[in-house]
Amino acid sequence: MDAITQNLDLFWNGFLRSLTICLWGGVGSLVLGTFIATCRVAPVAPLRTFGTAWVTVIRNCPLSVLLFMFAFGLPEIGINAEYYYFGLAALIIYTSAFVCEGLRAGINSVSAGQAEAARAIGLTFTQTLTQIVLPQAFRTSIPPVGSVIIAMFKNSAVVGAFGVGLDLYSVGESLTSAQGFAALPVLTGVAIGYLMITLPAGVGLGVLERKVAIAR
Amino acid sequence: MTDAPTDDNPTDSPPATHRPLVVLDKVNKHFGDLHVLKDIDLTIGEGEVVVVIGPSGSGKSTLCRTINRLETFETGTIEIDGVALPDEGKELARLRADVGMVFQSFNLFAHKTIRENLTLGPIKVRGLGVDKANERATQLLERVGITEQADKYPAQLSGGQQQRVAIARALAMDPKVMLFDEPTSALDPEMINEVLDVMTGLAKDGMTMVVVTHEMGFARRAANRVVFMSGGQIVEESTPQEFFTNPRSDRAKDFLSKILTH
Repeated sequence: MDAITQNLDLFWNGFLRSLTICLWGGVGSLVLGTFIATCRVAPVAPLRTFGTAWVTVIRNCPLSVLLFMFAFGLPEIGINAEYYYFGLAALIIYTSAFVCEGLRAGINSVSAGQAEAARAIGLTFTQTLTQIVLPQAFRTSIPPVGSVIIAMFKNSAVVGAFGVGLDLYSVGESLTSAQGFAALPVLTGVAIGYLMITLPAGVGLGVLERKVAIAR
Repeated sequence: MTDAPTDDNPTDSPPATHRPLVVLDKVNKHFGDLHVLKDIDLTIGEGEVVVVIGPSGSGKSTLCRTINRLETFETGTIEIDGVALPDEGKELARLRADVGMVFQSFNLFAHKTIRENLTLGPIKVRGLGVDKANERATQLLERVGITEQADKYPAQLSGGQQQRVAIARALAMDPKVMLFDEPTSALDPEMINEVLDVMTGLAKDGMTMVVVTHEMGFARRAANRVVFMSGGQIVEESTPQEFFTNPRSDRAKDFLSKILTH
């Protein structure tokens, strides 16, 4: 246990760093995923093609490959940024494909009559989507999208492994390999750190789901 | 101005005193191989109540849904108040705001309260202020006999109440014409009359209405004209009196014999 108690501030900072990645990753992938889902149901064929292509390509690429491309590929064509931003961008893009599909399941669960009624009173496509379809779709999408977001929290560890540095995973790595602490207690500490993010998230999702449940 | 029905439908429809509001000209539509609307010509005058009846699969619901282009059509034109239906987009949305629609399955917005169902369109489409929209919603709910349910959600209301709210929601847009697509077909029998009463009241107030229904009593009571469809065509159109007592076509006679015997 010394490994944890001696390095408590390191763990705490790593936890905060990971939490930041999770929060920005969550917000970013929800926004981008919603946009891609909107494309996939849009009445404009090129947008649908774009959305489908996005999901097909991104969903079927390993996250590590995406990270490599961002971290090492982009600088080759002259795009430079901190690893932190590259890692975050790759994580958001990767997760957006899954968020999109979870949302689309929700959109498909909203009866066609809801959108018809909205169009019949003169709402435009965008208004129909934002006022009527998406609010109802979000409710049904909470379990699948929630799972995707929790998976993303854990995937942030993969981003850490790519040298974002100072996040929970990196703390564990440096304590074990560089400073020679025993792996088991250190990794237990890392795992507890991730559980401190994912468990409350899971509880929060349950609360959210009950709160917005509507009778139909 | 004339709204005389087209020549291939020699009918005794009401005299041409109405200004034509909805004009369908040679409208054709297919569902795959099925020709659901065949050369439909139909003119609906301002203030006229036209009831569309016919066997299931005759294309009457499709016809109704085509008028505000919830269903697309391939050839022909549909004009509403002199304006041809445009393609999907802002123009069409604007035109749809003038055409009220009541669905068989109510389709009230499930995540919005009754009041919000009535105010959404006026606020978002007409740009009405929230207070004005609320005031109007209260009036309309009173008119359809739903007074104490404004803050409930649709699922908390009975079918008949939901359908009356749906009528109020359409009225909130101050439509030029109202389309009813089998408005009582999904209702329990004891709730049908409360909806038909509201519709009869509307007809009396001079609302232009196109009603697809199996309620022959309503057709007799409220319609200026009955349009009988079969196999995607308008087979017969005449006054309710004429249609129910003296149908001319065999298909209409056959249809009436099936529905009026019990």
